[in-house]
Amino acid sequence: MPFVPPEIRLAGIAPEMALVVSAFVVLIAGTFARSRVNRVYLPALATIGFGASIYFAVSVWGENELQLSDMIALDGFATFCKISLAVFGLLTVWLGSDYLTRDGIEEPEFYGLVLLAVAGMMLMASAADLIVIFLALETFSIALYVLVGYRRRSIEGQESAMKYFLLGAFSSSFFLLGIALAYGAVGSTNLYGNSENPGLAQFLSESASEATGVLVLATGFLVVGLGFKIAAVPFHMWTPDAYQGAPSPITGFMAAGSKLAGFAALLRLFDASLFALRWEWRPLLIGIAVATMIAGSVLAVVQEDIKRMLAYSSIAHAGFVLTGVIATNDRGISGSLFYLATYGIAVLGGFAVVSILGGKDEHRVRLVDYKGAFYEHPALAGALTLFLLSLAGVPVTSGFVGKLVVFGAAIEAGYSWVVVIGMLTSAIAAFFYLRVLVVMYMQEPDESRPPIPVGRAASTVVALTAVATIILGLFWSPLIGAAEDATFFFVGG
Amino acid sequence: MKAFDPVLAPYIVALPLIGALGLLLLGRRLRAVAGLVASATVGVGFVLGVIVLVQMLGVTEKGGHGREAVVRVWEWISAGSFSVNVDLLVDPLSMVMVLVVTGVGTLIHVYSIGYMHDDPRYSRFFGYMNLFVASMLLLVLADNLLLLYVGWEGVGLCSYLLIGFWFERRAAAGAAKKAFIVNRVGDFSFLIGIFVLSVTVSSLTVSSINEAAGGMTAGIATTAALLLFGGATGKSAQIPLYVWLPDAMEGPTPVSALIHAATMVTAGVYMVARFSPVFEASGGLALGVVAWIGALTALWAALMAAAEYDIKRVLAYSTISQLGYMFLALGVRAYSIAIFHLVTHAFFKALMFLGAGSIMHSLDGEVDMRNMSGLRKVMPITAFTFMTGWLAISGIIPFSGFFSKDAILASAWHQGRYALWAIGAGTALLTAFYMSRLYFRIFEGDLKVPEGVHVHESPPSMVGALIPLGVLSVVGGVINLPGLLTLDHFLEPVVGESEVPSGFTPWILGAIALLAGIAGIAFARTLYLLPGGATRRAALCERFKTPVDAARNKFWVDEIYGRGIVLPGKAFASFCANVIDARLVDGAVNGGGRVVAGAGWLFRRAQSGYVRSYALTFLFGVVVIFSLLVFRVAL
Amino acid sequence: MTLGAYLPILFLVILSTAFAVLSIVAASKLSPRNWTAAKRTAYESGIVPEHDIERERFPVKFYLVAMLFIIFDIETVFLYPWAVAFEDLKLFGLIEMLAFIAILLAAYVYVWRRGGLEWAE
Repeated sequence: MPFVPPEIRLAGIAPEMALVVSAFVVLIAGTFARSRVNRVYLPALATIGFGASIYFAVSVWGENELQLSDMIALDGFATFCKISLAVFGLLTVWLGSDYLTRDGIEEPEFYGLVLLAVAGMMLMASAADLIVIFLALETFSIALYVLVGYRRRSIEGQESAMKYFLLGAFSSSFFLLGIALAYGAVGSTNLYGNSENPGLAQFLSESASEATGVLVLATGFLVVGLGFKIAAVPFHMWTPDAYQGAPSPITGFMAAGSKLAGFAALLRLFDASLFALRWEWRPLLIGIAVATMIAGSVLAVVQEDIKRMLAYSSIAHAGFVLTGVIATNDRGISGSLFYLATYGIAVLGGFAVVSILGGKDEHRVRLVDYKGAFYEHPALAGALTLFLLSLAGVPVTSGFVGKLVVFGAAIEAGYSWVVVIGMLTSAIAAFFYLRVLVVMYMQEPDESRPPIPVGRAASTVVALTAVATIILGLFWSPLIGAAEDATFFFVGG
Repeated sequence: MKAFDPVLAPYIVALPLIGALGLLLLGRRLRAVAGLVASATVGVGFVLGVIVLVQMLGVTEKGGHGREAVVRVWEWISAGSFSVNVDLLVDPLSMVMVLVVTGVGTLIHVYSIGYMHDDPRYSRFFGYMNLFVASMLLLVLADNLLLLYVGWEGVGLCSYLLIGFWFERRAAAGAAKKAFIVNRVGDFSFLIGIFVLSVTVSSLTVSSINEAAGGMTAGIATTAALLLFGGATGKSAQIPLYVWLPDAMEGPTPVSALIHAATMVTAGVYMVARFSPVFEASGGLALGVVAWIGALTALWAALMAAAEYDIKRVLAYSTISQLGYMFLALGVRAYSIAIFHLVTHAFFKALMFLGAGSIMHSLDGEVDMRNMSGLRKVMPITAFTFMTGWLAISGIIPFSGFFSKDAILASAWHQGRYALWAIGAGTALLTAFYMSRLYFRIFEGDLKVPEGVHVHESPPSMVGALIPLGVLSVVGGVINLPGLLTLDHFLEPVVGESEVPSGFTPWILGAIALLAGIAGIAFARTLYLLPGGATRRAALCERFKTPVDAARNKFWVDEIYGRGIVLPGKAFASFCANVIDARLVDGAVNGGGRVVAGAGWLFRRAQSGYVRSYALTFLFGVVVIFSLLVFRVAL
Repeated sequence: MTLGAYLPILFLVILSTAFAVLSIVAASKLSPRNWTAAKRTAYESGIVPEHDIERERFPVKFYLVAMLFIIFDIETVFLYPWAVAFEDLKLFGLIEMLAFIAILLAAYVYVWRRGGLEWAE
C-alpha cells in the first residue's frame, strides 16, 4: 500500500511555531553571550517572536476550518485566544526583564520557557483533539513548573514548584483517564468528527443515548484535568502556594495565561464539542462554579500575603468565568473570552505592581508592607488601585464590563441564582480588595524604607495595563465585538 | 438641503474638561498660564458654540424643526434593550444655554485672572472653574437623564469646592458644607424623579421621556414633575431650599458671579423647561406649584434683600428672587420667557457680582455697604457698568431686564393668574427699591471708604470683563424684540410658544411694570439720596419695626431650620450612628464579616501546606464528581 | 440510561483493584523470607557496593546526564523505523526527520553550550 503523506497546512499553528522557533533562538543565543548583553537583546528577541506570532494569528482572522488531520481548529476563537496570550506573554517578558535584572537571576531560560509556555497555551486554544489538548497542556505545564521554581535561592520557590509539579502530574493522570474513557466510548479522540471519521460531537449527534454513560464519566475526568489548570475548587489547592512561590511576573502570567488556556480548552470541549451532553455536565460545572466563587472569595478575606490574596482572587474569578461557560450560549462564550482577556490584563498589571513594590527578592509582599504605599509610590499605588477596582468589578473599569457580560449570559440562559451567588461573592471579594486600598491610603508606613528602584520596562507594563484597563472599561465595544466575531467563527459552536 | 449635524458640539464640552484635567494634574507647573489656558478653553468653546448656532440657523425648515440633532460621543452601557450612551442633544434650548455658559463664562474667567492673581492656589482655582464649565455644559447638552445627572452632580461638586475654596476660613468651609447638604436634599428628590421616569418610560433619553409624557397618567406625571422640581428647588435656591445660596457668597466673587448667579443656579430652570411636557402632563397641579413657589420666593427673597447690608448677600437674595421670577414664568407655561429672563439675568447679575468684586478688590475685601459711599468718583467704570446692571434689574426701559420681566408679568396676566401677577409686580417695585438702595449707598453721595484703604479702579482684565457685560445688560433685551429672530420663536420647536396678551393690554402691563420700577427707584431716592433721608429711614424703621427686624433676621429661617430640622436630624443621626448603625448594622455587617472570616479560617486549615492533603482534597473532589455522575446517569 | 453501560467499567475497576491487591498480598504472604546480609545490599550487577548508598548522596549531574542520554536515545529509536520505511516515505519522511533532528540538534547545542555535558564543576 503506497504511503500518502498527510496534507500539511501550517496556518493553524503558525503562531505557535513562531514562538517555538524564537524560543530555540533565545535559548541558544543566550548561551553565546554574557548576561549583561543578554539583558538587552533576549527580551528583544522574545518581543520579535511574539510580534511574529501575533502577525500570524491576525493574518488568519476570519478563517474557519480544521487542519492537520482535523486536529487543529483554525477559527476566530483560537485566534482571539492566541492574540490575548501573545499579549500576556509580551507583558510578562518585559516585566520579567526588569525583575531578573533587579534580583540578579538573568538567564535565557526565563524567556525561552515563557515563549514555550505561550506556545503550549496557544495550542490549547486551537486543539480540536483530546490528544492535542493533552500535548498542549503538558507543554505549557512543564514550562510553568520550571518557571514557578525559577527563584532557585528561595525555599518557597522550590517548595511551590514541587507542589505544583506533583499535583499537576496527578491531575494530568485524571485527564488522561478521561481521554482514555472518551476514546473507549467514542472510538476517537477528535472533538468534532465528520461522517467518515467519528468524533465526540459527531458521536453525540448520531447515537444519542447509546454508551454515553462512559462518555459522561470521561467528561467528569476531563473536568478534573482542566479544573486543575483554571484553579477551580476543589482542584485549587496548589494555587496559593504556587502563586506565592513563583516570581511575581510568572504569577501574573499564570493567572492570566494558564487560566485563559484552560478555559479555551474547556469552552471548546464543553460548549462546542460536548454541547449535546450539556444536561449531564452542566450541573457539575454549576456546582464547581458556585463552590469556586464562594471558596475563592471567602478564603481571600483572611490572607495576609498579597500574592496569596490575589491567588484566591484568581480562584474566585475562575468561578465567575465558569458562569459564562455554563450559559452555553454565544454571549456566554464571547463574554468569557472578553472576561479572560480583560482579567488577564488587570491581573498582570496587578502582579507587575506587586513585583515592583516587592523589592529585591520580593521581601515586601505582605499586606502590612503596603502601609502608606500611596505616599511613597503614588503612581504605582494608583495603578494598583485601578487593577484592584477592576478585579472587584467596579464600573468604568474593564472588570465591571466582564462581569456584566458573563452574568448577563448566565441570566439569559436561566441561571439567575448562580448569578446571585456570583454577585454576593463579588461583594465579599470587594472587601479584600478594599482592604488593600485602605492599607495603602489610610495607614502610615511602619518605618522609613529604602526607595524601590522602578525599571523602565516594568513601569511601561504597569502603564500599558492601567490604560488598557480603563479604556476597556469605557470603550469596550471593539473588544466585545471581536469576541463576538470570534464566537461566530467558532467551529461547530 | 443638508441635515443639521453639529460635529463640533462634543468639543465644546471636551475643551474645558481637558483644561480642567491639565490644570488640576499639572497644577503649579502651569501657574503662569493657568488663567489664560482656562479662559482660552471656554472662549474657544464659545466660538464653537457660535459656529454651531450659525449652522443651526442655516436650517430653515418650516417651524424650525430639524434644528435638533443628537451627537453620539460613545456607547456607554448597552445591555440588551437598555442602553445608556453619551449622547449630546443639540437643539435651540441647549444652544442658548451653551452660549450663555461659555460666553459669560469666558468673561468671568478673564476677570478672574486679575481677581485671583495673588492667590496661592491660582491654577487650582482655574482648574475647578473649567471643571465647572465642563460639567455645566454636559448638564445642558445631555440627551439622557443619567448623563444630565452626572453634570448635575458635577456642578454641585464644583460649587462645593469653590464655595469652600478658601477653606482656611471657617465660614467658607461651613458654607460649602451647608450648600452641599441642602443640595443633597434636592438631588435626592431629583434622583427619585429620574427613577420614576425611567421605570415609567423605560428609557432615559430626553426625547423619549418628552414623547411619552403625553401618555402618562396625571398622577405619575405630577409625581415625576414634583420630584424633578424638588431637585430644582435645591439647585436653583427656591423655597424651601434657598438657604444655602446667601452663605455661598463666602466663595471667591467670580465664583458667585459664574456659579451662583449666571449659570449653575439656573440649572433647575433649564431642567424644568427641558422636561416641560412632563409638567404639562400633570394637568396644572405641578405647574401651579412651580408658579406659586417661584412667586413667593421672588417676594420673600426681595424682602430680605431690602434689609441686608452685605453687598454680595444683597445680590444673592436678588438672585434667589430673580430665579423665583423664572419659575413663575415656567409655572405659567411661558417657558421661552423663563429662558429669556435667564439669559438677561445672567448678563446683569454676573455684571453686578463682578462689579461687587471690583469694589471688594479695591476696598480690601470690604462688603458692608454702610462703610462706603461715593465710589463713582474713584471707580468710574465699575460704577457706570454697575449702573446699567441696576437699571436692568429694576426693569427700566430700554434695559434688558425690562423686557424679560415685563414678559413674565404679561404671561401671568394672560393666563389669568392675577394674584401671581400682583405678587410679581409688587416684587418688581421692591426689586427696584433694594437695588437702588444698593447703588445709591455705594456709588452716590460723598466719598467714604474704610480707614487706610487706597481706593483705585480695578486692573484692565477686570474692568475689561465688566464692559461687555454692561453692554449686554443694556441691549440684551433685543434678542426677544418682536421680529424674525426672537428667542421665543427660536425656542418654539423645543418648548412651544409662550402666549402673551395681544392688543392694548401688553402696553398697559408694560407701563405698570415700568412704573413699579420707577416708583421703587424714587422711593429709594427719598430714603438714601435726598437730604434728610437718614431721618426718614429711621422713622420708617421705627414704624415698621417688627417686619424690618424680621427681614433683617432673614425671618429666622436658618434658626427654624436649625431647631426644626438640623437638631432633630442630628439627634436622629446620632441615634442612627450610635444605636442603629453601631448595634444593628455594624452588628450585622461585623457579624457577617465574622462569619465570612471564620469560614475563611476554617477553610484555611484545609490549606495545610502538605501536598498529600492537597492531593487528598483533589481526590475527594474527583470522588464526588464521579459519584454524582454515576448516580445522575443511573437515575 | 441504565447502569448496564457501566458494567465493563465496573469489571475493569474490580479486576484492576483485585489484581493489585492480590499481587501484593500474594507476594508478601507466599514469598519465603530469609534475609542475609547480601540480600540487604543494593544490587549493582554483582559488584560489591563500595559505599553505603542508602545514605550516600548522588550528584544531581548524574540524573541530568541520564536524562539527556534518554532524550538522545529516543532519537535513535525513532530513526530505526524511519530508516526501515524510508523507501515508502520518500521526501516527506526525509523532511520530517530533518525537522525532528533539527529540533534535537537545537537542544543539543543548548545543552552543550550551557555546560550540561561537563561533569566537573
